[in-house]
Amino acid sequence: MSTTRTDTVAAPRRFPLREVILFVVLLAAVLGVYGMMGSAYSTRMLVEASCYAILALGLTIQWGYAGQFNAGVMGFVALGGFCAMFFSVPVNDAFWDSSLPGELGVVLAYIVGAAVVVFGASRLDRIGVPKKLRTVITVVLAVVLYLVVISAFRGVADQIESQAGFIGGLGLPAWVGWIVGGALAGGVGYFIGHICLGLRSDYLAIATIGIAEIIKAFLKNSDWLTRGTATVSPLPWPVPGPAEVGFTLARAMYLSVTAVMIAAIFFLLHRAYHAPWGRMIRAIRDNEISSAAMGKDINKRRLEIFVLGCILMGIGGAVLASFNSLFDPQGYLPLNHTFLVLVMVILGGPGNNLGTIFGAVAVYIIWLMSEPLALFLMELAVHFGESTFGWDAPASMDSRALQARVFVIGLLITLVLRFAPKGLLPEKTKHVD
Amino acid sequence: MNELVFFINNVVIAGCVAGSIYAIGAVGVTLIFSIMRFAHFAHGDMMTFGAFMVLLLTTLFPQAGAAIGIPTPLIMLPFAMALTAVLAVGIDRAFYKPLRAHGVKPIVMVIASLGVTLMLQGLIRLFAGTGGESLYVDDRKEIFRIPLPIEGVRVPVVITEPQIYLFALTLISVVALHFFLSRSRLGKAMRAMSDNPALAQASGINTNTIVAVTWVIAGGLAAIAGTLLSLDVTFKPDLSFFLLLPIFAAAIVGGVGHPYGAIAGGFVVGFAETLAVFNWGILLRPFRDSLPEWLAQAGNLAFVGTEYKIVVPFFILVAILVWRPTGIFKGKVI
Repeated sequence: MSTTRTDTVAAPRRFPLREVILFVVLLAAVLGVYGMMGSAYSTRMLVEASCYAILALGLTIQWGYAGQFNAGVMGFVALGGFCAMFFSVPVNDAFWDSSLPGELGVVLAYIVGAAVVVFGASRLDRIGVPKKLRTVITVVLAVVLYLVVISAFRGVADQIESQAGFIGGLGLPAWVGWIVGGALAGGVGYFIGHICLGLRSDYLAIATIGIAEIIKAFLKNSDWLTRGTATVSPLPWPVPGPAEVGFTLARAMYLSVTAVMIAAIFFLLHRAYHAPWGRMIRAIRDNEISSAAMGKDINKRRLEIFVLGCILMGIGGAVLASFNSLFDPQGYLPLNHTFLVLVMVILGGPGNNLGTIFGAVAVYIIWLMSEPLALFLMELAVHFGESTFGWDAPASMDSRALQARVFVIGLLITLVLRFAPKGLLPEKTKHVD
Repeated sequence: MNELVFFINNVVIAGCVAGSIYAIGAVGVTLIFSIMRFAHFAHGDMMTFGAFMVLLLTTLFPQAGAAIGIPTPLIMLPFAMALTAVLAVGIDRAFYKPLRAHGVKPIVMVIASLGVTLMLQGLIRLFAGTGGESLYVDDRKEIFRIPLPIEGVRVPVVITEPQIYLFALTLISVVALHFFLSRSRLGKAMRAMSDNPALAQASGINTNTIVAVTWVIAGGLAAIAGTLLSLDVTFKPDLSFFLLLPIFAAAIVGGVGHPYGAIAGGFVVGFAETLAVFNWGILLRPFRDSLPEWLAQAGNLAFVGTEYKIVVPFFILVAILVWRPTGIFKGKVI
């Protein structure tokens, strides 16, 4: 007796010619980079590409599996990076030895207390207070308590900044921060998804762009928590660092950690995709009404997959920040951390995990190599302009040349959507006759 | 009374400035939404493009304004509007029209418009650099200080020249838009198409013309908003990401697809922003002696610091999506 059912959704087995060719080309490109730039640089590139692959897997389950467009990947990446920093940086004794932790605790207790009071006020109608009066009481209480609490909080935050710099980390291993980073990103994703997923898909894009900018503004301006623009470094690694075993070996060990993570995520996603759960998710994406008629709870499933994607983004962001050994809130840019990931997913193949990983590595190589290329082309243009027209080139040429990459990423997005909407490795679907 | 004048300067005038700019931007977004049914994320960059065109023309002909007596950038504004309108129609032909012809989902159009955003941003920064520049190349920014004829008031009401032009131009464009939508044949056709595209097409309205006209209006309005914002502060190539959220919040607050709602929404968001960053402690100062100790001691009573200004439109957006997703004026499409 066989208990396995035939999968009517996955494509029939055939020799994966397209995949093999693309991955051989990718391998050749990686080897080419190794030959040109040396092994230390190239291994760093591979580690960063693998971190981006985790982010891209997060986006591919949101966009590819469920058709939700998250335009705020940057925010979840930054949250993960913050957690990696907060949990792994050594304990700041100047803060913990002073009276400041107690004061901070008191203020945090005030905040919790105020939240409880406001929540209680919003339930006053249960004991017979008219609803309009309840709303007025709640709003007034919320405004007054908020002003008082935030004022007290500012005072403590200023004291922490002037006396101890920032509150420091917890001195725990890096992986604790990675896990909590994923959980925190998932929590924020739950909040956003809960509000937006029942509405038009455009609203999710707007709200995620907004939350990403807010998270960045918060991390950048909360000097007491993150040192803001002063940045925190170095962040400890979960493997021996470059100082102990040399750059190439240390990075190769880090690469093995990320590779294991990707393999695990890939395996779990693969199982989920072919499981009943995955079929249900795709059914909802392709036809909401019919899946609702089949009794599926659409909003709940959507929320599930959105949170799952956000968790992966948080983990990826944490791993990336640990690897860079630097937490710089200003370094989180929509271009590098949202749109680059988007290009990886739509170019590689949304909904196809293998295609997404291919897209992540390929696009990251192109992205890194385009920097020297852009500078070279710009220099050529300036040289040509000077010799032919006597054109006086502006001084900020280098920073401007890099803007050309913004243009190229934008062009790539529009062209892929127009000419290859399913990506280089399309999602395989079998059509049952 | 000095505190009250401070309030007028920092909240009433600043709120009107921000509100006008958000309103003009949100009208464009909401028109595009009602005709083409997608959220146009490249709107902020069309605004930047318009301002950049003004900057370019003003640098080329810095003396043009002196001959007539108004600042040069304002003379260049109509040309910049025309150029931005051409750009908007061109972008539509090159990038959005093929996708529409394929019948893609609206969210794919949103992603395409994000691609267009990046392209415009890259081009503008490539040519304009990344720093800020003043649009007043050869002219001087007049600042009017109006003292109030009340006993004991030492602080004057401060208003600048570009702000006066801003209010005037906002009023003119809103009135012109109203007459266009309610009186002209094209405007009525636009409203018909926003109500029911299939029926509009069946009754002989050329939908391609309507789409083009929508882009021309949206582009022109975007150029006005961008230029006025840059006149008030400075021209910065990376304005757009900070404008996107308030503008979309304004459009959604007013009810998507509802031009008058968008104007109201723009002012709601603009005033909410300035009210939230205003230090309310200043208004309490005259009553300091009669207040309880803990309230009088609280130094800064602003809701959010200026660095967290972007939280305000987001909070408004979340609140409206939770309680009334159709917006205060009941937009047609959600």
